[in-house]
Amino acid sequence: MGERVLFFILAIVAILSAGGVVFSRNPVRSALLLVLNFFTLALIYFTLSAQFIGALQVIVYAGAIMVLFLFVIMLLNLGSPDAVPQERDLKRPLAYLIGFGILATLIAQSLALLIPGVPQASPDAGTARVIGLALFTQWAYPLLLMGVLLTVGVIGSILLARRRAS
Amino acid sequence: MDAVPLNAYLVLSAFLFVMGAIGVVIKRNPIVMFMCIELMLNAVNLSFLAFARYQTDLLAQVSGHVFVLFVFGVAAAEVAVGLGIITVMFRLRESIDVDEVTLLRG
Repeated sequence: MGERVLFFILAIVAILSAGGVVFSRNPVRSALLLVLNFFTLALIYFTLSAQFIGALQVIVYAGAIMVLFLFVIMLLNLGSPDAVPQERDLKRPLAYLIGFGILATLIAQSLALLIPGVPQASPDAGTARVIGLALFTQWAYPLLLMGVLLTVGVIGSILLARRRAS
Repeated sequence: MDAVPLNAYLVLSAFLFVMGAIGVVIKRNPIVMFMCIELMLNAVNLSFLAFARYQTDLLAQVSGHVFVLFVFGVAAAEVAVGLGIITVMFRLRESIDVDEVTLLRG
C-alpha cells in the first residue's frame, strides 16, 4: 500500500509542477518549478530502484542544467513576465488539440499493455558499479561518440559566445 | 499486490510528455521552450526506467539505465548550444521573441 501512496503523491506533484512550468507567465518561476519537477522525478527513479540515475538526475539536471538556465535568464534580463509578449493566437487551441490527441493515443496504448506481475528487482541493477561496467565494455563505442558530441557542443557554444574580433 | 503497475508509470510519462509538447508550441519565450523540451526528455527517461525495472534480465535492465545516461548527455549538449544561440540572438536583435526571428531564413 505504501508504495502506491508514495507513487501517487509523487505523480501529483510532478504533474502539477510540469503544468506550472508551462502555464506560469514568469520565466524564473517556470525554472524553479522545473527544479521541483526534476527532484520529484529523481525520487520516482529511486522507487524504480535506479539509484545511480536518480543521483545523476539531481546532479546534472537540477544542478548543472538549471544553473545554466537561471544564468541565461539573469544575463538577458528575461525575468519579468512581459519581457516577451504572450499573445493569444491561433496556435493555442491547435496546441491543445494536438496535445490531447497525443495524450489519448499514449494512454490508450499504455493501458492496453498488460504486464501480469511485477518481477523481482535484481538488487544491483541500478548501482554505479553495474552500470559503469556495462558502459565501459558493452557500450564503449556509444560512450566515445557521446564524448565527441559533448566536445563538439562545448566548442560550438564557445564559438557562439565569442565576440567577433573585427 | 503492493507494487505500482507499469501502466501507472507510462501514464505519468505520457502526461509529462504532452505538457512539454503543449508548452513548446504555445510559448514564445525560447528559454521556456527549452525547459519544455527538457520536460519531454525527462518523460521519455521515466518510461525507459520503468520498462527497465519490469525486465527480468539483468542485461536488459542495465541497458535501459545506460540509454538514460546517453539522453542526459544529449540534453546537456543541446542546452549548451541552444542557450549560446539564444544569447547571440539577443545580442544581434535585442529581442528574443521566437515569432520574429528570421535570422536563419535563406
